[in-house]
Amino acid sequence: MGLGAYVAVSAALFALGIVAIVTRRNVLYILMGIEMILNAANINFVAFSRFGGYLDPENGGLDGQMFAIFTIILAAAEAAVALAIVLNVFYLFDSVKPSDADLMRE
Amino acid sequence: MDQTTLQRTFYGALALMTLVLFGIGLASAGAEGLAFGLFAAMTLGGALVCIWERSVVRSAFALMATFMGIAGFFILLESDFLAMAQILIYVGGILALILFGVMLTPPDMGERRLSRVLSGLVLVGGATAWVGAKVAATASWAVMGAPGDGREKGAITSAERIGVGFLAIDQYVVAFELAAVVLTVALVAAVYIARRKKADLQPPPGVPKAPEAVERGGIA
Repeated sequence: MGLGAYVAVSAALFALGIVAIVTRRNVLYILMGIEMILNAANINFVAFSRFGGYLDPENGGLDGQMFAIFTIILAAAEAAVALAIVLNVFYLFDSVKPSDADLMRE
Repeated sequence: MDQTTLQRTFYGALALMTLVLFGIGLASAGAEGLAFGLFAAMTLGGALVCIWERSVVRSAFALMATFMGIAGFFILLESDFLAMAQILIYVGGILALILFGVMLTPPDMGERRLSRVLSGLVLVGGATAWVGAKVAATASWAVMGAPGDGREKGAITSAERIGVGFLAIDQYVVAFELAAVVLTVALVAAVYIARRKKADLQPPPGVPKAPEAVERGGIA
């Protein structure tokens, strides 16, 4: 399959992540949507470096994989911190809806 | 339409989408295309089920199919190390973390509004299709070559090359160490935030729901 197929799947996954974030009223769905979006970006990184990598045979396709590895590392850190925040919000407000955390509104 | 019919319609449409993806892959690239179709069906089908299902546990498990499909894409793109890392970190780590969060929160079956999900799918899908059509009309990706051009296919595994890239002083070693520091700081901070402190749980005045939450202690 060519580069276009990978980019198409990645775009579709990105759109589904946006839908998950926009349409669901639960913090956990927002987290899952963010993971989908990060994964869509990872597919693009690897696909573009794989198909453009022949320009540099010594290092063919490695740069995109490195980008993807660092994205995965940051996604792991983000998931851990976000879950901790979700737990704290749940202790304080007894709810996992983002719209219920409105202490500053008063 | 009642709930059972709705579920049947959705999963029927999902099966149809899988068959169409298989057909497109098989028609355009043979065996590799069939594998591509399988992984695309896993990725997109998992994401669709994740958005569709009302229970968060089902959504989290559907997301596992998405992550597995993306690992398959990485294998097709000759990034075997990345595929392994994807399964290890996403399926083994992040998904377990999300399920952990699911178990600490109460179920809310009425949270998914069908009208909102469907209109979101139509709106975002339409916007993506429009942008995709624009990109496909203007981009010239043909210059980037076909798979395997210019080098031996699979001559050196990506794990070996990535290991060398991480350790070579003029390549990625600084970013590697920086990522290690970021990960350490973030995980220590996450543990510190998630730790329950009795004093911090006293709510500010004017928060109606909080006293019950504190009385119950959040989790048992």
